[in-house]
Parts: sequence; C-alpha cells; structure tokens
Amino acid sequence: MSKIVDARGDNCPIPVVKAKKALEETKGAGVIEVWVDNEIASVNVEKFALGMKLKSEVIKISENEYHIIIHNENAGEFPGCEEMYFDKSGTVVVISSDCFGSGDEELGKILMKSYIYALSQRDILPDTLILLNSGVTLSTVNEDIVGDLREMEQKGVEIFSCGTCLEYYKLKDQLKVGSVTNMYAIVQKMDEAGKVINL
Amino acid sequence: MKPDVAIEDVRLTQMTKTAGCAAKIGPGTLAEVIKNLPKFFDEKLLVGFETSDDAAVYKISDEIAVIQTLDFFTPVVDDPYTFGQIAAANALSDVYAMGGEPKLALNIVAYPNCLGIPVLSEILRGGADKVKEAGASLAGGHSIQDDEPKYGLSVMGIVHPDKILKNKGAKPGDVIIITKPLGSGLINTAVKAGMASGEAMEEVVSNMSALNKTAKEVLEKYPVHACTDVTGFGLAGHVIEMAKASGVTIEVYADKIPVMKDALQYASMGLVPEGAYRNRNYTEKEIDMSSIGENYKDLIFDPQTSGGLMVSIEEKHAGNILKDLEKRLHTKFAIIGRVKVKEAKYMLVR
Repeated sequence: MSKIVDARGDNCPIPVVKAKKALEETKGAGVIEVWVDNEIASVNVEKFALGMKLKSEVIKISENEYHIIIHNENAGEFPGCEEMYFDKSGTVVVISSDCFGSGDEELGKILMKSYIYALSQRDILPDTLILLNSGVTLSTVNEDIVGDLREMEQKGVEIFSCGTCLEYYKLKDQLKVGSVTNMYAIVQKMDEAGKVINL
Repeated sequence: MKPDVAIEDVRLTQMTKTAGCAAKIGPGTLAEVIKNLPKFFDEKLLVGFETSDDAAVYKISDEIAVIQTLDFFTPVVDDPYTFGQIAAANALSDVYAMGGEPKLALNIVAYPNCLGIPVLSEILRGGADKVKEAGASLAGGHSIQDDEPKYGLSVMGIVHPDKILKNKGAKPGDVIIITKPLGSGLINTAVKAGMASGEAMEEVVSNMSALNKTAKEVLEKYPVHACTDVTGFGLAGHVIEMAKASGVTIEVYADKIPVMKDALQYASMGLVPEGAYRNRNYTEKEIDMSSIGENYKDLIFDPQTSGGLMVSIEEKHAGNILKDLEKRLHTKFAIIGRVKVKEAKYMLVR
C-alpha cells in the first residue's frame, strides 16, 4: 500500500513538511511516495528519511519530476520527529571539585571517594560523568578513584574531563580514564540530559 | 474598504518563496552576469568588484574614504518590527566588515498594499531603531508595490583610507575568528516548516538582529590582516573568497564552529535551504571536506542572514582578542581555523 504525497509546485521546505505529515498519518505503515519538481527538494526529502532512519530511494522521472519512495519497516511504531530529535533522556553527573560538599577539605575528599565508589556499584549507572575544575584530579592523579572510574567506563559510562581544567592543573598528559572535552560539549550534554546531578 | 491586517495576525514568512539571504541569486549566476559588465578604472575606487569584497570604497581625501553598500531581502521572521531590525542590521554589517562607521541610510521597500499601513510602519520602525543604534541617520528611501514584501537599506559609511579592512591579506600562520554562530539558514527553514524549537527561534532572532558594531570595535584595535562578514554565501563561500583574494589555503575545524541550537538537527531532517545547495554547487570543488559528516557539510554552505564578522589575524593576538570579545560580545564567537600556505584546495575542513 503506497500513499502518494504530491509536493510538486511546493516551495522549500513544504515537501519535507508534507512527507513528515504523511508518515505520521500512516503511523509509518507501508510505503509513501513523495513527488517533487526539483532536485533540491528530492535531496531534502531523502535526508529527512535518512534522519528518521528510514530507507528511501529516489527515481528521477524528468528534470522537473522526482519521486522519493520511503519505506517504513517499523509499521505501527513510528516516533514523532519531536521525540526523536528533542527527547531529553539520560543522566549526567557533573563533578566540579575533588571534594564533596564544603567544610573540611580532608573530609570532602573522603566523601568524594565514597560517592564515586557507591555510584560505581549501582545497578543502573549514569550515562555520562563530567569532571571540571579540581574534579579532573579524579581521572588523572587519584589512583583509587581512577580505578572506580575505569570500572564504570567499562560498563558503558562516558567519562569526560574538561580540557581547559586539565591544562590549568598541568594534568593533560596524565589522563588515565575517559576523554578530553570542551565547554561547548559540556553545555550540550547538560542541556540535553533528562537528569543532571551536580556535585 | 478592506480592513488592514492586524499586526499580530501577520505571517510575513508565509508570503515568500525563499527567506532572507537564502533568497540571494546564487554565486555562480552572479559571477556569470558580472563578467560581462564593463570594467571601471578610477584610481580613487579603492575597493570594487574584483576581490568580491563586502562594499565599494571610494577615496575622497587622504583622511576619508566613503563606503557604499546595499542589502535587502524577504522576511525571515513573521513579526514586522523584528524583520525591520534584522534587515537593517544585515545591511549595516557590510560597513563594519570594511572597518568603517555607518553614517547614512536609505530605505529600500517592496510591499503588498493589501497588508496595510500599520505593518509597513512596524517594519520601518524596526529598521529606523537599528540605524539609530548604529549611530547613523535614516534619511529617506524608495518603495514599490510587490506581492512579496522585501526590506533593506542602502548605507553610506566612512573609513580612513589606510584603515580599510579588506577580505584579502590573510597570511599563513594566522588564525580565523568568527563573531556569531552559524545556522540561521537552517533554523529559518525549520521555522517556515513550523518545526523549529522555541529556543532555536530565540537564538536565531537575537543573532540576526545583533549589530556587528561591537565586534568591529573590538577587532579594529588589533592588526587584523583580513576581514569580511559571513552572509549569503555561507561560511564556505566567504572563507573561499578570503582564501582566493589572499592566495592562501584556510583550514577550518568543524568541531570549533559555534552553531546555533538545533541547527545541525534540522540539517539531518532535510530542512536545508535552496541557497545552501547553490552555494555548495559553486564552491564544492575548491574544498576538501571528506572527513566531516553530511550535516556539517550542510552547515558550512548554509546561507547566513546578518551573520558575524570573520577575521584573519596573527595567532599571537588571539588570546587577547578572545578576552576582549568575551567582555563585550553577546553572541557566540570562536577561533575556527587557521591559514596555511596555498595548497591544492582553497579550503580544508577537518
């Protein structure tokens, strides 16, 4: 069963809008065929299908007619665009110090070690750990904590240490677990997370 | 008599085929047209067609040169006042890109009579307020009836003949800095599709209506080698103009490019304006972009409406410039690349 979406004569970005609407209406069941009258529109509709993880092919009928066939294999399970692109999920833990809480520094360091250990033993781990400021000592020179972090990394937790902070503390060459990141990525991760835990 | 449309109900973007700088005639077509025009030789014409610079510059005396530019386009936002602000900021930008100060502006208006006087008044008020913000004077203009609304300015500015910032002069070893994030073409397309997020819309409006005045005031304190603004031809188009005029290769780092919210996502949803494809067709062969993803490719060709300045400057000044920009600029800025000795391609993207 093929639904035809005639977007010939429509200006950009209407063909993509119509394709999206058609996919939502058919709840992704079967095949939709989008007709456009220029190559750019066919490229955009193809990109749209790819972005939705759907198979598509383009048939050039003439210079002024292209048909883009979009297949949906997951009939009935079609997520809306908003869910795919704007869904916030995942847990991010942000650690911006080598001490947990303010007060006695020695106590703070002991508490941080306990926290990281307890975190590493949980059944459900956070998706991402971001280390900032003196927090970068945890992924570099703090042997005990490095071990716990490595364990979490092996179980799939992304561990990021702020590049500027590593440079500041002169620890860039001593990163033992995870990778270096920058403030743009940190802002993005925190913004797009479903839950952010800030120590 | 038909009542005027209420300002709140106006959807300017639905009256147009292409939005903002995506509505420019493609670079390939323009180049073809221009090459058949007569050439002009006046020793006082300091900057003309030849180096595809941002504005024309004419020497009046040893201390003063006049900068002349004009820009107008179709609405990128629905609100008339905001459209006026953006169009004016965009037109004024070319004067800043040449290192000058705008002094005088004239309105260029194309307008469907059916929309009525209040909406047009709002557009012009937005433009006038922006001209005032720039410290220039709005002194007149011209309008015609047209089914598609268009607005912009013809701007005159002044600059010292020895201090003109041209788009040629980038030197190997320089770093490239841009003063506004990219993505306005993509976000404006998503807005037209009704698929843009609130945050993306806010970010794009605030970036498009920002004057490049502050950026220019920071940058002119330093020995800038080359300067232009990033607008309708996209980052790639303007980087290549600078690279060609300077006889160098410019290497850009994709992950350093500041991007507006959700713009890359819109690229992967096929919400890519036609102007991006025209820009790509014209300059693709000059670029090595084999190592970046498709959405970044769309980003570098994305036509920017009222984009920021792009400068080439010796690396040793970079630290201080970034500190100064941090203090004064409200838009995202970054070092996005460096200049190398000319290689096979004018532009590399890593």
